[in-house]
Amino acid sequence: MKTLMTGNEAIARGVYEYGVSVAAAYPGTPSTEILENIVKYPEVYCQWSPNEKVAMEVGIGAAIAGARSIVAMKMVGVNVAADPLLTVAYTGTRAGLVLVSADDPGMHSSQNEQDNRLYAAFAKIPMLEPSNSQEAKDMVGLAMEISETFDTPVMLRITTRIAHSQSLVELNDPIERLVKTYERNPRKYVMLPGNGRARRLVVEERMHKLASYTETVAVNKMELQDQSIGIIASGISYQYAKEAIPTASILKLGLTNPLPSGLIKEFAAKVDKLYVLEELEPYIEKEVHSLGINVIGKELFPPYGELSARIVSEKISGQPGITVAPAFDSPIRPPVMCPGCPHRGIFYTLKQLKLVVSGDIGCYTLGAMAPLEAMDTTICMGASISAGLGMIKAHPEMADKMVAVIGDSTFLHSGITGLMDVVYNGGNLTTIILDNSITAMTGHQDNPSTGKTLMGQPAPQVDFVALCKALGVKRITEVDPFDLKTVKEIIKTEVSVPEPSVIIARRPCALIIKKTEKPLQVIDCNGCKMCLKLGCPAISFDEKNKTAQVDQALCNGCGLCINVCKFNALRKAGE
Amino acid sequence: MSEIINVLLVGVGGQGTILASKILTHAAIAQGYEVKMSEIHGMAQRGGSVVTQVRMGENVYSPVIEAGEADFIVAFEQLEAYRWAHFLKKDGVLIVNTQKIAPLTVLIGAATYPESILNDLKGRVGRFVELDGLKLASEAGNVKATNVVLMGVLSKYMNFPEDSWQNALVARIPAKLLELNKKAFASGVAEAK
Repeated sequence: MKTLMTGNEAIARGVYEYGVSVAAAYPGTPSTEILENIVKYPEVYCQWSPNEKVAMEVGIGAAIAGARSIVAMKMVGVNVAADPLLTVAYTGTRAGLVLVSADDPGMHSSQNEQDNRLYAAFAKIPMLEPSNSQEAKDMVGLAMEISETFDTPVMLRITTRIAHSQSLVELNDPIERLVKTYERNPRKYVMLPGNGRARRLVVEERMHKLASYTETVAVNKMELQDQSIGIIASGISYQYAKEAIPTASILKLGLTNPLPSGLIKEFAAKVDKLYVLEELEPYIEKEVHSLGINVIGKELFPPYGELSARIVSEKISGQPGITVAPAFDSPIRPPVMCPGCPHRGIFYTLKQLKLVVSGDIGCYTLGAMAPLEAMDTTICMGASISAGLGMIKAHPEMADKMVAVIGDSTFLHSGITGLMDVVYNGGNLTTIILDNSITAMTGHQDNPSTGKTLMGQPAPQVDFVALCKALGVKRITEVDPFDLKTVKEIIKTEVSVPEPSVIIARRPCALIIKKTEKPLQVIDCNGCKMCLKLGCPAISFDEKNKTAQVDQALCNGCGLCINVCKFNALRKAGE
Repeated sequence: MSEIINVLLVGVGGQGTILASKILTHAAIAQGYEVKMSEIHGMAQRGGSVVTQVRMGENVYSPVIEAGEADFIVAFEQLEAYRWAHFLKKDGVLIVNTQKIAPLTVLIGAATYPESILNDLKGRVGRFVELDGLKLASEAGNVKATNVVLMGVLSKYMNFPEDSWQNALVARIPAKLLELNKKAFASGVAEAK
């Protein structure tokens, strides 16, 4: 039976079919749906971890103990998990261990465009790259097999177009799900320098063996046709090559670390003109060049953004196609904070107070957009607090003019250590924890503060007040972000006190509240436009009547706008 | 590449483009087509522009539709039709739900919602269909069925047998909402005549 599946659904199916027992992840686009689909197979234990490093380590522990394990994350998550990754490459694991790295060429929803194929080379671990959903599923099985045969973790590297594109997948029955017994082996798993040095040699031997294996593995193969043009491609680039030049000969690479140098030489000898087609870094190209082979790659294709069939055909034919420019000038439609979003009032206040805002990653990064525009920096998960500390170490006088803002999930991910640093190193920084009781941006995943696990079990909830107290923060205030007057007073007070402080702005995400209030009414509006400064998608200005108007379908009745209207023109129904 | 059919569904987060694409792909698979579908998630769900690309044919490689290559564009909202019109082939069909959803840039006065969208599109596109999908859906019983109304319109321009669309509705819509959605689909079909 064939079913249409995204790459992420197919990987989850592979986890089910190929005997994987443990899965862990931290949500991040475009990887999130892998675990969201794995949870549909109750045979597999799965969890959201507080961050990618923890997820990686859970996977490592489970695989050392004898269970096939998989961990999934977006590409920047691998930076967080890199520490355990680069050492588990030395130890190997008793049962299969696979890391799914979901890269995002084109930066559809990421802060950078790093090419994680370089991590596989850096860590010296084998890497597989599927080019459609069927291969994504099959390669979970192949990755487990390689992992167990060569005693190494394996990277399964996908990109947004694999993760979020659907294609047909053949479903099979699952193999038996066996967990091996635990075997103690400290010389293999305790990475003291002496043991590490021994394992270091094992890594080289293993890569040597893999170098032979990659020459004959079925996923690396020549598709010989017209031999005037030869294209080396992997992942989604293979599909673009097939689409653009259906007659070309292709060396399709599925196992891309180590690369098959013999096969590449053989293919190069068979074709007149050789191209390598890859998004982002010249990863394959450099290897081909190092073999002394003439190949055309980044001199023709851009080292940034996504490729497409059109780019491939235009560049290879040398004929610029018809440029199809947008027909009309259309105002952009960026994502916005939802009506009723608890973050809105905080950013409105921060803008009013003209504070420097050290930002972080989540829905609230939208606080950087007009009209709120209340964010100065966003670097990576967890950077708000520590970067804020750095700012006030550079300019101590900034301490009473700035705040760090961070969401509940991001604080738990990697904000706690930053706050610890603020206390330890005497930074008079005010941190606002935007606690909306969920990991919202990626589509509402649970986290250690929500009271529920991925598998739906009740869980203890992290107590933010107690946690901050334990870190040594003496000034902790809780506030309802809809109570703008109190929010403003508290922020003003806390930024001015010469010691570390935390404000916890607590209200659940508007999208997880089932019960909503009636939409607001506009009565006797004088058209001052104050309410428009909130950037609520339910409020607009009626140019004809010169009054604000509230979209009755969009408004969820949160009433935040009542706080900013000085003329009592915005009212709850019946008031 | 002429045997491949490219359908672009464009709209605003929350308008139900994903369900519409699932109905379409279900019907397409029943024709024996290889189908690929691509959508971009992530920040799009917060009221941003959303695009779903569906490609079908004997051999489909890339999941992505290039500008100027769409046989059909189904726009769930006027401004999104405007934004994506250049993706249509010369002889392609543009189906526009006349609903307007102002982006925040317009709401806060930083941009204006173009007035002449429908006229401009009519002038540019050979085969142009406009309809008030919201009204038809609400007559069928729920405005949320606008996406299914639009699939009804699309069905009249694609040569799939009527059965395969009906089967797709049964497969993709929860039983208790099926009758309502069948009505919505039929009103779309009628509108296209």
